Amino acid sequence: MTDTTTTIRQFIIDNFLFGDDAGLEADTSFLEEGIIDSTGMLELINYLEEEFSIEIDDDEMIPENLDSINNITAFLKQKQAG
Amino acid sequence: MKPFSKDLLVLNPEQEATRICDRIRSLMRNEIKRRGLIVALSGGIDSSVTAALAVKAVGASKVFGLEMPERHSAEETLSLSSKVAGHLGIQTAHEDISGILEAFGFYRRYDEAVQSVIPDYGPGWKSKIVTSDIMENRGFSVFSVVVQPPAGEQIKQRLPLNAYLEIVAATNLKQRTRKTLEYYHADRLNYAVAGTPNRLEYDQGFFVKLGDGAADIKPIAHLYKSQVYQMAEYLEIPEEIRSRPPTTDTYSLPQGQDEFYFALPYDRMDLCLFGKNNGYSADDVADSVALTPEQVQRVYDDIDTKRKTTRYLHLAPQLIEPIPEIKE
Repeated sequence: MTDTTTTIRQFIIDNFLFGDDAGLEADTSFLEEGIIDSTGMLELINYLEEEFSIEIDDDEMIPENLDSINNITAFLKQKQAG
Repeated sequence: MKPFSKDLLVLNPEQEATRICDRIRSLMRNEIKRRGLIVALSGGIDSSVTAALAVKAVGASKVFGLEMPERHSAEETLSLSSKVAGHLGIQTAHEDISGILEAFGFYRRYDEAVQSVIPDYGPGWKSKIVTSDIMENRGFSVFSVVVQPPAGEQIKQRLPLNAYLEIVAATNLKQRTRKTLEYYHADRLNYAVAGTPNRLEYDQGFFVKLGDGAADIKPIAHLYKSQVYQMAEYLEIPEEIRSRPPTTDTYSLPQGQDEFYFALPYDRMDLCLFGKNNGYSADDVADSVALTPEQVQRVYDDIDTKRKTTRYLHLAPQLIEPIPEIKE
């Protein structure tokens, strides 16, 4: 597990799951599992922008980029490379 | 199963009004045990129909209307709500809630939140919140503030989390202030409070918890919005109200419900919700709403998402264990 993956996973556990990570896999869909709702997604975006010093555009706010730990990790990698 | 068409939403308003009124009387007599009903009148179709049904159920002398405008209310709000009250022959009280909202710090809090993204926003400017169009956009909902300077073009700016939450929290003070006054009058008269959500609003969680979501009885929560219009015609609600487009009347700029919350205007949203609830596929519904089956599926998915994300609004306070002696 990369440092980024661990950091994101910990944020999800602390912020949305009250410390209980049962069932949270790297490819778990936050939306389908009801872990994050639309306001939660704003929280996640806010966190990613601050923690990783990036700006996320409106058209980047899609499930492919943000709906699982794996998707976020890949998205961040691509953002930071760009 | 009947083929899908708009006609499936047509009801027999006379029969339905009788059924609702019987149920209101029975609930008042057996469960609620209060002597009459308070209805907050916004000048919109839902509150007008709710008030008319209340009058039909318990009589005009047992229905009390409340008109509660504030500084941001649309100008026609008051004249339309007074017109309904006059038409129904009910007593009303006029409570301008601007002073209470001022004391709550609403206007300051709201302005500061908007200024955090648009620093020039100030006196004489108008504003509203809009959401991204789910029909155009396959991503997550993004909320933006739209402001209108006293002179010049509108400006639209995406809201970061904190500003969005602050604006919603501040505007929710309006609905909760109104509800506080409704219960004041209800207690004073030993009446109950009638809530005014239609089925779209109730199902999709388009209300403020302990604000407009609070009530003792919700007489039209099972009716699709287009059925509320049918009831309005039967109940002879003034034409001006029946022909007015639905608005939230919450922000200083006019805000359509489909700009802020629903994926489509109410008549097509109704058809999608009815179709989904009654086992019609996206293919079945597509032609009637002039959308592609993929777009209808997107609306179906959005309906499910909203049900999930607004479940909290419907929840009563949660207990650690049931208290069997108390029936909810």
